[in-house]
Amino acid sequence: MKKLFHEFLKGVIKENPTFVLILGLCPTLAVSVSVMNGIGMGIAATFVLLGSNIIISLLKNFIPDRIRIPCFIVVIATFVTIAELTMKAYSPALNRALGIYVPLIVVNCIVLGRAEAYAQKAKVINSLFDGLGMGVGFTLALILISAIREFLGTGKLMGYTPIRGFEPAFVFALPSGALLVIGLLLGFFNILKNRKI
Amino acid sequence: MKDKFIVSASPHLHKDESVSKIMWMVVISLIPAGLAGVFIFGLNAFWLIVLGIVSALFTEAVLQILTKRKITALDGSVFITGLLLAYNLPAHVPFWLPIVGSVFSVAIGKQVFGGLGQNIFNPALVGRVFLMASWPKYMTAFTKPFDAVTSATPLALLKEGKLIENISYLDLFLGKRGGCIGEVCILALLIGAAFLFIRGYISWHIPITYVFTAGLLTYMFGAKGLLQGDWLFHILSGGLILGAFFMATDYVTSPLTRKGQIIFGIGCGIITAVIRLWGGYPEGASYAILMMNAATPIIDRYTKSRVYGIK
Repeated sequence: MKKLFHEFLKGVIKENPTFVLILGLCPTLAVSVSVMNGIGMGIAATFVLLGSNIIISLLKNFIPDRIRIPCFIVVIATFVTIAELTMKAYSPALNRALGIYVPLIVVNCIVLGRAEAYAQKAKVINSLFDGLGMGVGFTLALILISAIREFLGTGKLMGYTPIRGFEPAFVFALPSGALLVIGLLLGFFNILKNRKI
Repeated sequence: MKDKFIVSASPHLHKDESVSKIMWMVVISLIPAGLAGVFIFGLNAFWLIVLGIVSALFTEAVLQILTKRKITALDGSVFITGLLLAYNLPAHVPFWLPIVGSVFSVAIGKQVFGGLGQNIFNPALVGRVFLMASWPKYMTAFTKPFDAVTSATPLALLKEGKLIENISYLDLFLGKRGGCIGEVCILALLIGAAFLFIRGYISWHIPITYVFTAGLLTYMFGAKGLLQGDWLFHILSGGLILGAFFMATDYVTSPLTRKGQIIFGIGCGIITAVIRLWGGYPEGASYAILMMNAATPIIDRYTKSRVYGIK
């Protein structure tokens, strides 16, 4: 059990997909304008990661090595379609806000990266926790980035105004602001990492 | 006479120059433009300049203490950054704007790259563009000279297609127009630039090619017909002179060789003219210089001077 928990925690902190592996930056830059978008994207990606990791881990003995990438893509695309249709049915506003980036989870490097690097070699239960950890890590990173961007760029947080009289810096609502925030957070986490040792 | 016979390694004759001294000379050369700006727009401009400089010095010192490096806040270079950033602001912006701009200039524009000599982009322009993208309503609210009434810059009026007739070349030359604090008085800027030329701190290569290219292109394509543009108006308005003589010539972010500097100046001129004539903004000098800053490493690579004796 302890080992499984470690497997989960690894994705959240030590191998955080956004801040340590630097994967999946395209959706991170695009959807981290508001916290709601960040949470929605994170949950969708977590669902896809969980599903694809389990299925690929189950099928690992049946998938021929030479055509493994197309096989992974088929599995991932199935789960992305499920996520997209569910989102369309139950929260069309979120689906409209995320736009093309929901179907683009198919080619998200985190999902394919975990399938290639982990799920095709590991046991089903380990893959499950790995996918869950990676998904939670991605979601937390998205929430952190989008909270900073939403507050600085629009002066609001989840639709509320925390500080009155604060003049939002519009640049943080633009993609260039996302690059700035991600760069500074990366630097900050590197400082923390180096200090521990 | 005795000190001439000291045995030492070369070089034996030093010129009495240092980075710090040159930087302070540039500061001196910028003083006339600042005085003119304060005279034209009132005391508010003076406080903006002071705030810009103080917060730039403070940010540099704090970051160098935090990263445990030698504190070089008083070597003049960061003083110029704060000064130029304030010169690039309209005269009646809120007082927190130069502070935020200076902190961003020094922290993101300069110190994240490793400090003086390492930055890719001109820090003051990084700050200006950041402010421009963040708070456009303040950065484009220019005030009329000798008056606290907001007015558009001549370039903005030109962009909207209603060029005012009552502004003469002399008004533009002396700075009687809407604009940023340090960019309006061309006469004062040219006095400072002449000082730098005579002392040999800047060469003609970047500023002259920059102004000439921008003038030529606006002359060719500035009006409906070919070769009918008002090139003198374009040279005298906007931040072209300030940018060409004081920001494009920044040692750190411009090419090293003479050939490279000419390419740099021509590139700046082309981009400025293109943005002014066909772009969405009325003024493009700051974006032009930043874009050519990004191209500087590649210009340096292809204009390397040949080592003697090697093919």
